[in-house]
Amino acid sequence: MQELLVVSGKGGTGKTSLAASLAVLADNKVTVDCDVEAADLHLLLNPEVEQQEPFYGLEKAVILPEKCIGCGRCAQVCRFDAIFPSESGGVYQVAPLSCEGCKVCTLVCPAEAIKLQPPVAGYWYVSRTHYGPLVHAQLGIGEANSGKLVMKIKQVAREVAREEGYPLILMDGPPGIGCPVTAAMTGSTLALAVTEPTVAGVHDLERLVRLARHFKVPLGVVINKYDLCLEMAQALEDYCRREGIEVWGKIPFDPKAAEAVVQGVPLVSYSPGPAAEAIGSIWERVADKLATSQ
Amino acid sequence: MLISVASGKGGTGKTTVVTNLALALAGDYKVQVLDCDVEEPNLHLFLRPKVYATEEVTLPVPEVDGEKCILCGACSDFCAYNALALAREKIILFPELCNGCRGCTMVCPVGAIQERPHRIGVLHRGKAGEIDFVSGRLDVGKPLAPPVIKAVKEQDQGKGIRLVDAPPGTSCSMIEAVRDTQFCLLVTEPTPFGLHDLKLAVGVARILGIPFGVVVNKSTLGYTQVEDYCREEGIPILLKIPFQRHYAALYARGGALVSEYPEWERAFREVFLKIERLVRENARTASG
Repeated sequence: MQELLVVSGKGGTGKTSLAASLAVLADNKVTVDCDVEAADLHLLLNPEVEQQEPFYGLEKAVILPEKCIGCGRCAQVCRFDAIFPSESGGVYQVAPLSCEGCKVCTLVCPAEAIKLQPPVAGYWYVSRTHYGPLVHAQLGIGEANSGKLVMKIKQVAREVAREEGYPLILMDGPPGIGCPVTAAMTGSTLALAVTEPTVAGVHDLERLVRLARHFKVPLGVVINKYDLCLEMAQALEDYCRREGIEVWGKIPFDPKAAEAVVQGVPLVSYSPGPAAEAIGSIWERVADKLATSQ
Repeated sequence: MLISVASGKGGTGKTTVVTNLALALAGDYKVQVLDCDVEEPNLHLFLRPKVYATEEVTLPVPEVDGEKCILCGACSDFCAYNALALAREKIILFPELCNGCRGCTMVCPVGAIQERPHRIGVLHRGKAGEIDFVSGRLDVGKPLAPPVIKAVKEQDQGKGIRLVDAPPGTSCSMIEAVRDTQFCLLVTEPTPFGLHDLKLAVGVARILGIPFGVVVNKSTLGYTQVEDYCREEGIPILLKIPFQRHYAALYARGGALVSEYPEWERAFREVFLKIERLVRENARTASG
């Protein structure tokens, strides 16, 4: 089974738009939205949810007010500033958004007033779309553990792919280079980095390239809206050449791309045009890459 | 005034807003910027500060004294993050998984565990003209952004206008950047993605109890539901920046709207005046 990850470092470069078009162009695959904090792929793929499951996050501390004696030792030892006196006074309480579930507070509580509970930290879904199964999720607002949820939905996607005999998993990645991206990248066959010709795009691509090397995942680059700044697009291409990174395609700025998003349709199904054409040849290139890396 | 600039969706223009606000206000106020998007810090590309100090950001991780360790496994059993594992002859540490809670040092029955600093990123301090500049940068391959964000926020000088450039998303990193700020400016774009992610970010601001307003970037894309949503929810829209090809080109090269167009300097100053008013109103409502 192969796993193709669409990723970007910098947010808003067009990962989800490109991933949605690849979902239209690629046959026999399971699609996964790994951006569990701000999942948007479903807005273009129009899924029908078949299965919904809760995702339990890391346990969090809860202080039982009837047992708490108000000594405040828990608050003193907490390194995450997650425990504070309640407004009514006398007892302490936990700020769930700050608690990291380390349990250190339970070590010092003399009254056994603290217990740990796994919260429902989000939901994940297996859905049907016109373009095959979609595995997606929504992390609860303010929850930690987005990396863990990414691992979970990748595992679900692998099971779906095995059951239904699909050889490919197509993943829309989260932005950044922190824990959710790390979770998405682990085990990927190929990473497609979507970048833009801006100073920020160049800067963030460099960090992403280092991350992909760290995880030994081969990476190719797509420059989106390359003609918005030809000078920076050239700088990106020069950088890629110096680093021995392949540029798999350049997508021109095309007002149709924004229109397609506004209409909630993948660009390649919305309208032919220069951007859709470029995406078509990018997919051919990526499909070749996947075929040769088998 | 401590103001955070955040968004659910990435790439909507947070850094653009921070850059322009800082430059527009720097003549009249003392301004400090805090780049808390430590996975992809970009503010320096636009403000081009002179960096005068760089320091490491570290997390205290355990160090097990092999002489004293009795291989009882109390530390690895306790660790909620699986950062310690009991092998046949020693305890193995995975520093990337450690959150620095020091629980292991507390449960070790023989006092074999000490803490030592483990580098996860760096902090830069500098000056961009009159603007005080602080930026955090997570090391590539290190997953834990919140401690670096915390280190940046500890540089808050506590007076004048401080602008926090937050990371995208709605999880722990974004919360760490936004919490304890007096106002949160949410930057969005008028697309179904922008709207969907704006609603999530609004949810965070409400949970944290921080007054907030919206900036609509690329406001001319033709999707009116974002503004409809703000109107229905009573969320103030403080600024709209239309999509213009020459604005995009200016941004691409690291330029700022307020440096090129005096009308944008005025517009960003007005944004700050609106924020001041909203914060005042919010304080009045909260106290009365």
